[in-house]
Amino acid sequence: MSTLAPALQQTGSTAKSLRVAVSIAVLLALVPLVVPPYGAILLAYGLVMAIGALGFNLLLGYTGLLSFGHSAYFGVGAYAVALMVKYLKVGSMELFLVGAIAASVLITALFGVVCVRYTRIFFGILTLALSQVLWSLAFKFFWVTGGTDGLRVPTPSLFGGLVTGAGDKTAFMSHAYYYYVLIVFCACVALMWMIVNSPFGMALQAIRDNETRAEFVGVRIWRYRWVAFVVSGVFTGLAGALWVPLNGLTTPDIMHWTFSGEIVFMTVLGGFRSFAGPIIGAIVFNYLKTYAVGYTVYWQLLLGAVLVALVLSLPTGIAGTAGKLAARFRGRS
Amino acid sequence: MDVLLIHLLNSLLYASVLFLIAGGLSLIYGVMRIVNLAHGNLYAFGAYVTAWAIGTVAAGASVPVLLVLLPAGALAAAILGAILEPTLLRPFYKRAEEYQLLCTFGLLMILEDLLRFIWGPYPLSASTLFESFGSLPVGESIYPTYNFLVIGVGAVAALFLWAFIYRTRFGVVLRATSQNMRMASALGVNVNRVYVQAFTLGCFMAGLGGAIIVPSQSAVLGMGVDALVLAFIVVVIGGLGSLEGALVGALIVGFVREAGITWFAEIELAVLYLIAALVLLVRPAGLFGRP
Repeated sequence: MSTLAPALQQTGSTAKSLRVAVSIAVLLALVPLVVPPYGAILLAYGLVMAIGALGFNLLLGYTGLLSFGHSAYFGVGAYAVALMVKYLKVGSMELFLVGAIAASVLITALFGVVCVRYTRIFFGILTLALSQVLWSLAFKFFWVTGGTDGLRVPTPSLFGGLVTGAGDKTAFMSHAYYYYVLIVFCACVALMWMIVNSPFGMALQAIRDNETRAEFVGVRIWRYRWVAFVVSGVFTGLAGALWVPLNGLTTPDIMHWTFSGEIVFMTVLGGFRSFAGPIIGAIVFNYLKTYAVGYTVYWQLLLGAVLVALVLSLPTGIAGTAGKLAARFRGRS
Repeated sequence: MDVLLIHLLNSLLYASVLFLIAGGLSLIYGVMRIVNLAHGNLYAFGAYVTAWAIGTVAAGASVPVLLVLLPAGALAAAILGAILEPTLLRPFYKRAEEYQLLCTFGLLMILEDLLRFIWGPYPLSASTLFESFGSLPVGESIYPTYNFLVIGVGAVAALFLWAFIYRTRFGVVLRATSQNMRMASALGVNVNRVYVQAFTLGCFMAGLGGAIIVPSQSAVLGMGVDALVLAFIVVVIGGLGSLEGALVGALIVGFVREAGITWFAEIELAVLYLIAALVLLVRPAGLFGRP
C-alpha cells in the first residue's frame, strides 16, 4: 500500500465540505417526493450499501488492508435482525440496529484478533476464509438459519413504534423507511468523517503509508488496526441490518465471499482514495447491477468486464477521476 | 475395516484433485506473486471442456478414444492461461496487490458467465467413461475403478511436477525467478517468458484437475468458486508458494473433508477453516511456506 499514490486529497475547507454535504442530504431527502416508489427503494438500497462500503473503506483506503470478508459482517448484521425476529419476536428497528451492532462488534472483535496480525495478501485470504466459516454455518444449520431458504423479516416499526409498517408496504419502504435509512446514512457519514479526521484516523493513515515509521513514532499498530477492523465491520454490519427489512429476506448468499467481492468492487468503482468514493461507488454500482441484471442474464460478464477495464484504465475510480478532471478544468480557466 | 479403507480412498481422491488445483495456484503465486482468484474457474473450464468433448462431441466412441480426449480440458485451460497472462495480468505486476486481486476477481466473473454462455446453465456430464470402468473389489465392498485412475493421476502429477521443478533446467530458472525476479532478469533470464510458462503450467494443472474429476461428477456452474475456496484452505495450511505444502495441505483437507462428510457434515467447512486459521496462528507462513 505504501507505494501507492499520494495521500488523501483534502478538498477545500471543512466548512465548504459541510455545505456540499448538507445540500446533497437535502437533495436526497427530496427524492421520494419526485421519483416513483421503485426509484426511491432502489436508492435506499444504494444508501444502505454505501454505509457498508464506507465502513469497508476505513480498512482499504485509510488503513491499507484489503478485506475479502466483509460479506460476513454484513451477513452478521442481517442475520442478527432475522434471528431477533425469529426467537425474540422483536419488531422495533431501533432494537434491530442495537442487536446488529452488538453482534457485529462481537464477531469482528474475535475475527480481528486473528486477522490484523497479517497484512497484504494474507490478510485478504484470512478474512475470506473466516467469512466462509460463517457462510457455511448459515448454509448448513438450516434449523436455525433456514438454510438456502433464508429467514423472512417482516416490516419493522420505526422510531420506537411511532411509525409502523401496517398497510401498503411499497409506500412504507419508499417513504418512511427511505427517510429512516437516510437519517442513519447521514449519521454514519458524519461519524466516519469524524473518525478519519480524528487523531485515530490520522494514525491509521500513518500506518498505511509507513508501518515502521508509525511504530517508531509510538503508534501501537496492532491495536489501531484491530480497532479499525472492528469499526469497519460494525458499519458494514449496520448496513446489513438496514438491508434486511428492505429486502424482506436474508439468505446465505450475502455471506458468500463473492458478495465481499462486490463490496470491494463498489469501493474501487467510486475510488478508495477519497472519502466520498465508496459512497458514490456503492450507489452507482447498485444501479449498474440492477440494470445489468435486468438487461441480460450474463450480467456477471458485463460487470466483470467493467471491473477489469476500471482497474486497467481508471484506478482512482469515479471520485478520483472526477477530481482530476475538475483540477484540470480549474487549471485552464 | 473395509469402510475405513473406502474412506481412505475417498480422501485420496479429494486430495489428488485438490492438489492439482492448489498446486497450480501455489506455483503461480510462488513465481509471480499473484493470487489468481479466477483459478477455480480455470478448473471449471477444464471440467467443462472435457465433459463437452467426452459427453457430447465423442459420445458413443470407444473407451480408448474417450481416454485420449480426457486431457482436452487440461490443454484448453493451459491455452486459456497462455492467452490471459500476457494480456490481462502483465500490466499489473508493477502495481499494488489490491489491483491484481481486483483484476482476477473481474476475470472470475467473466469466466463464470462465459461458461454459462457457452455450455448453458445445465450440468454437463461425462459419466459414460466413469461407468465403462466398472468397479474393483476392496475387501468385501466395491470401489469404482475410475477413482483409482484419478488418484493415480494425482500421484503421477505430483511426482512429475517435483522432477520438473527440482531436476530440470527450466525448474532451476523457475526457482531462480521465484526467489529473486530482478537478479534472475539481470542474469539473462527472460522473466516475461518464465511468467507465461509458469502461469500456463498452473492453469494446466487446474484444468487437469477438472478434466479427470468430471467423469465421476458433472461440470456445474459455481464449481470453480467452490473449488477455489478449498484450494485457498490448502495453500494456507501448506504455505502459499510451496508445492510440498500444497501436497500436504491437500492430503490434510482431503482427510478432514472425508471425515467431516461422514461424521460432522454440518460443520465440515467450518472445521476446515478453523484448521487453516489455527495453522496461520501458529505458523503464519503455513506449514511449508517461506516466512
